[in-house]
Amino acid sequence: MTSTAKSSRSRTRHHGAAAVALAAAAALLTGCSSGDTSDNPLDGDKAEAGTVVVGSNNFAESTLLADIYGEALRAKGLKVSYKHNIGSRETTYGLMKNGSVTVLPEYNGSLLAYLDEKAEQTSADAVNEAVKAKLDKQLTLLESSPAEDKDSVALNAATAKKYGLTAESTLADLKEAAPELVIGGSPEFQTRQQGLKGLEAVYGLTFKSFKALDAGGPLTQAALAQNEVQAADVFTTDPTILKEKFVVLKDPENLFGYANVTPLVRKDGLPQEGVEALNAVSAKLDTKTLLDLDAQVQLEKKDPLDVAKAWLKSAGLV
Amino acid sequence: MNVLNFVQAFFSDSAHWHGYDGIPSRFLEHVRYTLLALAVAAAIGLPVGLLTGHTGRGGNAIAVVANAARALPSFGLLVLSVLLIGFGLLPVMIPLVVLAVPPILVTTYEAVRTVDPAPVDAARGMGMPESGVLFRVEVPVALPLILSGLRSAAVQIVSTATIAAYVSLGGLGRYVIDGLYQRNYEKVVGGATLVAVLALITLALFRAVERFAVSPGVRRR
Amino acid sequence: MNGFFDIPSDLQHSWAGLIGVHLREALLPVAAGLLLALPLALLCNRFRWLYPPVLGVTTVLYAVPSLAFFVVLIDWTGQTELTVMIPLALYSLVVLVPAIADGVRSVPDETLSAATAMGFGPVRRYLQVQLPIAAPAIVAGLRVATASSISLVSVGALIGNQGALGNLMAAAQKYDRPELAANAVLTTAVLAVLCDAALVALRRALTPWMPRSGRERTAAPREELLTKGAAR
Repeated sequence: MTSTAKSSRSRTRHHGAAAVALAAAAALLTGCSSGDTSDNPLDGDKAEAGTVVVGSNNFAESTLLADIYGEALRAKGLKVSYKHNIGSRETTYGLMKNGSVTVLPEYNGSLLAYLDEKAEQTSADAVNEAVKAKLDKQLTLLESSPAEDKDSVALNAATAKKYGLTAESTLADLKEAAPELVIGGSPEFQTRQQGLKGLEAVYGLTFKSFKALDAGGPLTQAALAQNEVQAADVFTTDPTILKEKFVVLKDPENLFGYANVTPLVRKDGLPQEGVEALNAVSAKLDTKTLLDLDAQVQLEKKDPLDVAKAWLKSAGLV
Repeated sequence: MNVLNFVQAFFSDSAHWHGYDGIPSRFLEHVRYTLLALAVAAAIGLPVGLLTGHTGRGGNAIAVVANAARALPSFGLLVLSVLLIGFGLLPVMIPLVVLAVPPILVTTYEAVRTVDPAPVDAARGMGMPESGVLFRVEVPVALPLILSGLRSAAVQIVSTATIAAYVSLGGLGRYVIDGLYQRNYEKVVGGATLVAVLALITLALFRAVERFAVSPGVRRR
Repeated sequence: MNGFFDIPSDLQHSWAGLIGVHLREALLPVAAGLLLALPLALLCNRFRWLYPPVLGVTTVLYAVPSLAFFVVLIDWTGQTELTVMIPLALYSLVVLVPAIADGVRSVPDETLSAATAMGFGPVRRYLQVQLPIAAPAIVAGLRVATASSISLVSVGALIGNQGALGNLMAAAQKYDRPELAANAVLTTAVLAVLCDAALVALRRALTPWMPRSGRERTAAPREELLTKGAAR
């Protein structure tokens, strides 16, 4: 470092350069950060007053439903913001409770199984009443839609054939084969009542092993199709069931219960016109519609927001 | 609600100690991914680094390749290779090898290239063949730095192999991802602890190898 | 809607928006890490016994995988960008502290004596003499920290859309659209290369006495740094 022995003048000059560079960098960074930090944790991560925050879980149908809810609310003149792809119910329920999210598309029976593992699920109405009784005081369910999307155990065609199982077979018929099969599902499926726990408790099924995939998404579909797993948790509205000829086993004990698409909302966060808007959506949304909308997103690769808007328009909801 | 309580709860739960999802098998899976990725990366990085370092040529090309590889995000490469290739070990090996090659390649090149020219010339003057110059003079002198490149690569692999669990593979990342979706902090913290411990074991192993393999004359420097 | 630049609406950002968020999430932590490392390195040089434990602690922190770090932080900072940025800032310390400490220590004694003779106090001497001379080493550290930070931001996608371009990677998986993953990987790589070039330019601006001509020896100093701190 002989160059350091140079005159002090050159040293001063270069400090100036350093200071300018630092200041410029600082300005750039703060300038950047003043952008859209709406989710500043120092604000307690609470929804902004007057804004309805619509959340969604980490699978395509949840995003689609959240978009439908959000756009329906927006059409009523409400201020809406989205919090998409949050994670599993285990996470989203916490965010509903602490007020970070105001509206979330839910599935009534699945939510009940999460809140109370032992709950009997006899009818959709009874399920909703049971959910409301168990919910955090600040939360409630709105009207359920006829559209249903359950968890289910599906086999790939080869496995079904090998064990002589058809669409008429039940989960109980899987008992013999289960110890030879790898079952796949979302990581949370491993510990849920409507998952490995219930399958063992209700049907006595013990599988060879469990492979954690995604929540009924492309990873699950591909793993089942390519026989990485022989059985998997797939959603009954999954368009790949038909495409890949998966065999969905019947659930006579009603382990997977009811799964009607139902808005879960914070009581203090949604004005009356919002409640009415979401109930109007539920009235029009049936399983066939949901299947069709899912196929547009998952097979035709359309953007969920576009699909949501188009359907709301065609259904006369906006 | 202390992190240490979670760690303690995780390790004292006997259910976490056996079966395909038990700590021993997840730990071994993680070690297996690490060793495999490190072996492949070393098989690419070491010979190329030794050769270019020995001849002193191609340094710029190495810098370009290494910088490009380093710029690629591991998580994105993982998702992309799973989408394009499907299941199995290969799509996970791609991001890990891409991650590990630059440190091995660049340090090896630099280590060999910067060996004091005097002993190298002396060896040549004594009539040693080029391979002898490389393996009996340059490599022993460069070994500490070469090992540090391997060490750096190994620790990065250990840490990054965690995300393999996102695309259904095993390893210790399983606990972190499962814990995230099951909202089970015990698992997350337990998994993180295991990964950190494995990383520190890796560091310690390389220290030991250095002690053992580096000649005392070189070590003194 | 399945082109290279058709960003799914649930990410709530355009492609350019994702780039902005990504830069913010990657660079702010490095800047914070630098601010933290400067006094830490000063202390380490003043009290030599402090250096090994500081290096040890940063090394252990660095050994914790980023995803686990994010998840544990969620309890305190929520599913926010801050949750991603705190670990990245801490990771940068493992590179920056030794880079600055060793860089500053390498300043020759006679230079320091000259500064003292000119009436510089310890703080002024640190800021105006030692740091500038150590600039090349510090920038080399910044380059390593920045490259790693830009790559690691992506993992934030797993804690609920907090990974900027990483969200695009997760969306590629969710919607089974590989072209989105390719877009995200390439964009991230270009960002890393551009930031690296900017830091090289910064180093040139900070060290006008160093030769400008000739090829930049890009790789060597960075790698030494990585291995010196026993980094991953």
